[in-house]
Amino acid sequence: MSRLQLVPKYPREKQVMMNLNGDEAIAYAAKQSYVDVVAAYPITPQTIIVEKYSEFVANGEVHTEFVPVESEHSAMSACVGAAAAGARAFTATSSQGLALMVEILYIASGLRLPIVLAVVNRALSAPINIHNDHSDAYLMRDSGWIMLFAENVQEAYDTTIQAFKIAEHPEVQLPTSVHIDGFFLSHTLENIYTLPDEAVYEFLGGPRKIPKVRVDYFGEEVDYVLNPARPLSFGNLALYDYYFEMKIPQLIAINKALDVIKQVNEEWYELTGRRYGNGLVDPYMVEDADIVIVAMGSGAGTIRSVVKKYRERGLKIGLLRVRSYRPFPHSDIRNLLRNTKLVVVMDRAIGPGQYGALYLDIASTLYHERSRPILVDYVYGLGGRDLSPDMVSTMINQLVKDLERGYIPEEERLRFLGVRG
Amino acid sequence: MATLRSWREIPLGGVAFRLSTDVKTGDWRALRPVIDQSKCTKCMICWLYCPDMSIIWDGEKVFVNYDYCKGCGICAHECPVKAITMVPEVGE
Amino acid sequence: MVVKTIPEIPVKKGEPPYKLWIFEPGEKKEFPLVFNLRQLAEQRRPALIPGHRLCAGCAAPIVVKLASFAFRGPTIVVSATGCLEVSTSIYPYTSWAVPWIHNAFENAAATASGIEAAIKALKKTGRLKYDHVDVVVFAGDGGTYDIGFQALSGMAERGHDVLYILYDNEAYMNTGIQRSGGTPKFAWTTTSPVGSVLPGKGEHKKPIADIMVAHRIPYVATATPAHWMDLMKKVRKGIEVNGPAFIHALSSCDRGWRHEEAISIEILRRAVDTCYFPLWEWTPETGYLLTDRSLVIARNPSLKQPIDKFLEVQGRFRHLLRPENKELLKQLQDYVDAVWEDLLKRASNAPR
Ligand SMILES: Cc1ncc(C[n+]2csc(CCOP(=O)(O)OP(=O)(O)O)c2C)c(N)n1
Ligand code: SF4
Ligand code: SF4
Ligand code: SF4
Ligand SMILES: [Mg+2]
Repeated sequence: MSRLQLVPKYPREKQVMMNLNGDEAIAYAAKQSYVDVVAAYPITPQTIIVEKYSEFVANGEVHTEFVPVESEHSAMSACVGAAAAGARAFTATSSQGLALMVEILYIASGLRLPIVLAVVNRALSAPINIHNDHSDAYLMRDSGWIMLFAENVQEAYDTTIQAFKIAEHPEVQLPTSVHIDGFFLSHTLENIYTLPDEAVYEFLGGPRKIPKVRVDYFGEEVDYVLNPARPLSFGNLALYDYYFEMKIPQLIAINKALDVIKQVNEEWYELTGRRYGNGLVDPYMVEDADIVIVAMGSGAGTIRSVVKKYRERGLKIGLLRVRSYRPFPHSDIRNLLRNTKLVVVMDRAIGPGQYGALYLDIASTLYHERSRPILVDYVYGLGGRDLSPDMVSTMINQLVKDLERGYIPEEERLRFLGVRG
Repeated sequence: MATLRSWREIPLGGVAFRLSTDVKTGDWRALRPVIDQSKCTKCMICWLYCPDMSIIWDGEKVFVNYDYCKGCGICAHECPVKAITMVPEVGE
Repeated sequence: MVVKTIPEIPVKKGEPPYKLWIFEPGEKKEFPLVFNLRQLAEQRRPALIPGHRLCAGCAAPIVVKLASFAFRGPTIVVSATGCLEVSTSIYPYTSWAVPWIHNAFENAAATASGIEAAIKALKKTGRLKYDHVDVVVFAGDGGTYDIGFQALSGMAERGHDVLYILYDNEAYMNTGIQRSGGTPKFAWTTTSPVGSVLPGKGEHKKPIADIMVAHRIPYVATATPAHWMDLMKKVRKGIEVNGPAFIHALSSCDRGWRHEEAISIEILRRAVDTCYFPLWEWTPETGYLLTDRSLVIARNPSLKQPIDKFLEVQGRFRHLLRPENKELLKQLQDYVDAVWEDLLKRASNAPR
């Protein structure tokens, strides 16, 4: 890194240490982010976020209007209404609740409303299960949302605040989700550093700013908001003559977010002294590695500790944590994995009839490389099954053999870690 | 009809950029309402009920805006003094 | 072409009546309710402008037009997916002269809840540019009785200050006339066809307005555009109360009801004259009160018309008028009578 030993604007001694779990950290971050409307519905393991926020409201600590909706579908619908009316809107959910929201997720992004959603990742039914995996997150993969995955509670706090800034960036204007692993992060206490309220307020530039838009029937640029002074119509019917064109600006905006996420990561670093890789990917000992493990979420913590042990024993192994799942940072990943011999993708969800979702993304990224690494998909941790260091070691031992063999037979390219045979 | 625009010209979030007054729905019409001003009492019932906002009150009389009138005949049916007749449009 | 002039309300003499509603920030003026139609035409523009693609003779735009004449000032309109929404927003055109949003089919009430919450939060923090901004929903029967009911009930329970106007054309018209919870018994629809065994829909219409009364929200009413003064008064009351209000407006659909376009208003008059669709309002303080024509009928029962008068002009009930279906017709008449009698018992202004 070019900048040597930057002194952050808020060094640790100016920050406030708090003992919070992941849900509380997110609720606290939202509280500091000057949110106007929270519309939410409880579901384990997200509940603490809703409960905490209700307390802030009950104690008059926030100006937020809290809408205790009757379903997640209504939660996202109310956020769409609130954001269209000019509010900064926030909600949170998990699993079945996210499934119920899906219809409106596409509408939120199509209408370019910078809503922030915390997803406490949990397995999908059936069988019903309250514990973590990433199957719910993939429901929203193509919904047009920016999706950021945090590894620990500190990052959950940091990313929630960053999410508002990314979502509301003038060239982005897209809803953004912050993902944490259910129970592993949502219910685990961690000492984290938090900023004073005014620092967050300043970082976000105060309340939400409304972008401008130009329509033929006003001779001036007008606010993109439901505004009695300059009425606009949101959510129109567009058929084959316009639908296609209307989707393109959305794609441009989410790709623009690649730069914005990086930039916000740097700004956060200057403010707090903390950053997560380049914001998009968080590599650990990847540069000279023969084997690289790709993962998302809290599992990366466990993997990193095992990777460190193997490094000490001389194995050239690294970890690449993907932080921004959408937009997917193809070029960063390609640059980092270019010289790797074996890439193993850790998927915390199945893709029935197909490889795991993250594997497909990585495969598509590497396809255009001249010398493609060997690629293997490991599905792990479904329904909250723990990823133990032993499991990671078992996997790495197998990978070493695979590397020696020089290839992985087709029937072995999808493997399961930690399932009883 | 405006020419179709490129994606570069689509406003944020796809808000509508033109007013539907550009769309002349008058060409749907098979029957044309004709007001007999000598019978009209200016009661404004036709103006009130027209679903297409096609009856105009200019301060002195009511008249039909044929740009939008779809020829539904509600005005003629509701007119208390039967001052409106629906006459077939002659095709061009 | 760019419309350069920012239109004003009231309408100036000689100005076109199709312009957007503009309320400059800080605008405090409240529109009075005007029932003199010439005055109304000179002072008010409807919230809907022409060029919309609703069928000729559709009553839905008349409901919106009349309701908007009773709006009191800055108003945001929310629409559920359905004929009204689709036909007024075909890209790149809009027919809405007021700020308008369509989110999805089943969530108009939830969307409105969010807008209302946003207005409150903005007001609390000094960022709202008006004293009040009213929120009005227009949703069809499908979006209200069926798929949107949960969101509506939630909005009512939470007490959002929103006026929800149901335009009830008694079926899913936008998707091609399928039955809904608001379709009356024996009506033909494409999913309750009249066959050799079944005589149209098998179930009665859900009493949606009574269900909203059971929520004990500040204001509930029924209305039709044919009874325009009654409708306008009710809309204004619904906007003025603090908290949720619900107006059930019957809205004829020539395409789905299979009637002549010209009689859209006439048919709604008949719906009230036959007591198929009684006009009433309800508040927690007053209970049920009959209004307009229904009050007249209550006072003079001889004015009550047989249900045939409502059915005979509609193709969807054609089979009921066949001699072999006499019994079905009687069943329907009995049902209408029972509901009407029940209402007479509840309405405090009905003669005893
Ligand atoms: C979730 C969902 N299900 C189904 C549809 C398809 N759909 C669109 S409009 C409509 C019917 C609308 O009926 P109603 O609310 O009565 O309005 P109308 O068109 O009759 O005015 C249906 C079924 C949809 N848009 N969304
Ligand atoms: S309804 Fe008839 S009488 Fe009344 S204003 Fe219209 S044309 Fe004239
Ligand atoms: S025929 Fe219908 S659309 Fe034309 S002016 Fe009369 S009421 Fe309006
Ligand atoms: S189908 Fe019925 S409700 Fe829909 S636009 Fe036509 S007349 Fe109106
Ligand atoms: Mg309908």
